[in-house]
Amino acid sequence: MNMNYTAEELAFRDEVRAFLDEKLPADIAAKVKGFRRLSKEDHQRWQKILSEQGWYATHWPEQYGGVKWTPVQKHIWDEESCRYGVPRSIPFGVNMVAPVIIKFGTEEQKQTYLPRILSGEDWWCQGYSEPGAGSDLASLKTRAVRDGDHYIVNGQKTWTTLGQHANMIFCLVRTNTEVKAQEGISFLLIDMNTPGITVRPIITLDGEHEVNEVFFEDVKVPVENLVGEEDKGWTYAKFLLTYERTGLAGIGLSKAALQHLKELASRRLKNGKPLIEDTAFSQRIAQVEIDLMAAAISNLRIIASVEGGGVPGAESSMLKVRGTEIRQSINDLARRAIGPYAIPFVEEELDLDYDGDYLSDENAAPLAAQYFNNRKLSIFGGSNEIQKNIVSKMILGL
Amino acid sequence: MDFRLNEEQQMLQDTVARLVRGEYSFEKRLEYSESELGFSEDFWKQLGELGLTAVPFPEELGGFGGSGVEVQSVMTELGRGLCIEPYLQSVVLGGGLIAQAGNDQHKEQWLGGIASGETRAAVGLQEPQSFYDLNDVETRAEKSGDNYVLNGRKAVVIGGHCADVLVVSARTSGDSRDADGISLFLVPADAEGLERRTYPTIDGAKGCDLFLNNVTVGADALLGEEGQGAGVIEYQAGRAIAALCGEAVGVMEVACDLTLEYLKQRKQFGVPIGRFQVLQHRMVDMMSELEQARSMAILAASVADEPQSDERRRILAAAKNVIGRSGQFISEQGIQSHGGIGMTWEYNFAHYAKRLIMINHQLGDDDFHLERYATLLQAS
Ligand SMILES: Cc1cc2nc3c(=O)[nH]c(=O)nc-3n(C[C@H](O)[C@H](O)[C@H](O)COP(=O)(O)OP(=O)(O)OC[C@H]3O[C@@H](n4cnc5c(N)ncnc54)[C@H](O)[C@@H]3O)c2cc1C
Ligand SMILES: Cc1cc2nc3c(=O)[nH]c(=O)nc-3n(C[C@H](O)[C@H](O)[C@H](O)COP(=O)(O)OP(=O)(O)OC[C@H]3O[C@@H](n4cnc5c(N)ncnc54)[C@H](O)[C@@H]3O)c2cc1C
Repeated sequence: MNMNYTAEELAFRDEVRAFLDEKLPADIAAKVKGFRRLSKEDHQRWQKILSEQGWYATHWPEQYGGVKWTPVQKHIWDEESCRYGVPRSIPFGVNMVAPVIIKFGTEEQKQTYLPRILSGEDWWCQGYSEPGAGSDLASLKTRAVRDGDHYIVNGQKTWTTLGQHANMIFCLVRTNTEVKAQEGISFLLIDMNTPGITVRPIITLDGEHEVNEVFFEDVKVPVENLVGEEDKGWTYAKFLLTYERTGLAGIGLSKAALQHLKELASRRLKNGKPLIEDTAFSQRIAQVEIDLMAAAISNLRIIASVEGGGVPGAESSMLKVRGTEIRQSINDLARRAIGPYAIPFVEEELDLDYDGDYLSDENAAPLAAQYFNNRKLSIFGGSNEIQKNIVSKMILGL
Repeated sequence: MDFRLNEEQQMLQDTVARLVRGEYSFEKRLEYSESELGFSEDFWKQLGELGLTAVPFPEELGGFGGSGVEVQSVMTELGRGLCIEPYLQSVVLGGGLIAQAGNDQHKEQWLGGIASGETRAAVGLQEPQSFYDLNDVETRAEKSGDNYVLNGRKAVVIGGHCADVLVVSARTSGDSRDADGISLFLVPADAEGLERRTYPTIDGAKGCDLFLNNVTVGADALLGEEGQGAGVIEYQAGRAIAALCGEAVGVMEVACDLTLEYLKQRKQFGVPIGRFQVLQHRMVDMMSELEQARSMAILAASVADEPQSDERRRILAAAKNVIGRSGQFISEQGIQSHGGIGMTWEYNFAHYAKRLIMINHQLGDDDFHLERYATLLQAS
């Protein structure tokens, strides 16, 4: 057993740090660290810098412009970028649809879409969920009917994250109603500017516009936008979900959030002393830090096993559940740390350009909202109940 | 032993329930919340006309002579409707402080209006550094001739943006966090040197921070005896905790009803999701949290207007601890049981969930009251 990084890995870490020291824009890092809103422009500006460095597409083969990092290198990148306040890359293009196109797409699709993902020309969103198809994704009803060299798409997608910024959506659609639910689904790439598509915002409980409903009314999609074979979409969707789940545990993000919490608790007062010196509160922080320590090692164990050629199985579902619970507890503590000031919602302080006086702590304004927003962590990407079902059925044989 | 409301109490609760049902649809609440005032002036008037703002005041002051139980019945229904009017701040706390500590002139000047709803009060008892400790007071009141000059800042004064009168705590002697030396003052809303920073609250109401810059008030603004405010504040905060427990129970009832209904109606995998045992058990846990909260609310109401004692202190700390925890459980597990829909602004459940979390941030969260209870335990 050896839990240390090798010399090469340490050298890689230095390289990452040097890059981030030099290239990460300070305003973007400040927004990430202070849990402020990032604009579409912020994301695009950072993506361009990453692409120029050749570090944007870490899951792709080199021939398509990817970089061949080992799982440990990816992990180092993840850790460092959370520490530095690198914006989380919007996964739908680079980490979701691209691996599917690379594995199942035509040469033409690869030539068309992959460069546009790298350059930031396309912003993708994920059209899986529907009002009637959440956990039971296979029951989706959005219909695609072949008509000459087009599909005519009718139906509705929902919870489409950042669909308001997107110009492309990858969708699961029903192409066959005669067979078992899973066997009549196809995977379509759809241009959001096609006539018949309407995007409507869904406002979440924290007042944010992050998700959308997407309506399709007689939308004409060229047949060459079908990925792989008709009716085989479920296989591709499941392939993609394994990509989605790795990384959902958010260990690096939890570490960054914990650091933020400790700084906050050092500034806030209770009984005239920093809150972090309060026995009960410091024990709460300690408890979550200990849980995170264990989860981080679990994460490394999975990474090491993947590095050795293994396939992440039940462990990654269990870690997703644990990891999201840990992040939610950190958010809970951060909200608690500001006491009565969790109640005011001072929206203008969410902007980094805000130059007025802060009502309490400069980082207080987003905390309650973020706590509410991150209730999503245990719901999306397969709810925690569904993850546990997977583990108990597929792995434990129950 | 009988835990039921008596006939009169039941009638009172039914009156509020009818009013809320008639006036407080989810859509209207959002409108009220987004208005300049931040709640419904009209609904507030009706609370006054029906005598509901008069519930806790003695009959000779135009009140109803209600105890903690009556106040709680009103609050439960306001909670069920997720009402954002400043009943707790004006009637329970503001009115309560004046009724307990005020002289005849104070009562005459303010209580009639507060009881009828024509006057609104708010209370500034917390400060930026105080966390939940109401004895942590740094705002100072200096004697200057016959007057007091107030300087300092009061934090998160819900309803303070539209109050006619503010009851604020300020130190006339002693060090920060000393119980001795805290005094209470009545500050008119238009006092010179009083500034507000108004904001919406995350659960749909409005409040402000108060900045007192050389606010000069006469000696007649002193409420109760100089330096003896801490006990009054503690007692009234206790009454407010009992009232808040009532509200919390109302909010939890609706949150549980909505979740249960959703479990029966939402289908996935060809069956109502309520068929999945993990959700069934969670629903049972939510209901049993509600029962725990209901029991503690009843207990809190029963001591709310009793003379101060360690027993009363313990019960109120325990009650606030329980509703804080039950509220968070029901809020989080209710959202989870709904899936994505539980997180949307357009569906009323999310607003109940937010209110439950914020009740925990009013008058001390579950951690604060656990510590308080433990301290009282050692003292007994
Ligand atoms: C903020 C946010 C962003 C999202 N972004 C996207 C996106 O970009 N693209 C996209 O396609 N989707 C997205 N989703 C959708 C997400 O994947 C779904 O919300 C999720 O799959 C759950 O579906 P549902 O919300 O319909 O809940 P439901 O499936 O109705 O579940 C309700 C409850 O029932 C439980 N449940 C359901 N089935 C079972 C079972 N068999 N056993 C036990 N419990 C069960 C669930 O765990 C949950 O607690 C997003 C969701 C959110 C909240
Ligand atoms: C100390 C002791 C004293 C007892 N005294 C008496 C007595 O005086 N008279 C008498 O008749 N019996 C008595 N019992 C027996 C007791 O009622 C049974 O142990 C009990 O009903 C559980 O049955 P079991 O032990 O066979 O466990 P099982 O029924 O086999 O259950 C095993 C586990 O599965 C769970 N489980 C079972 N079915 C479900 C389900 N549908 N959904 C979810 N989970 C489920 C159980 O909760 C348990 O965790 C006693 C038991 C003990 C331990």
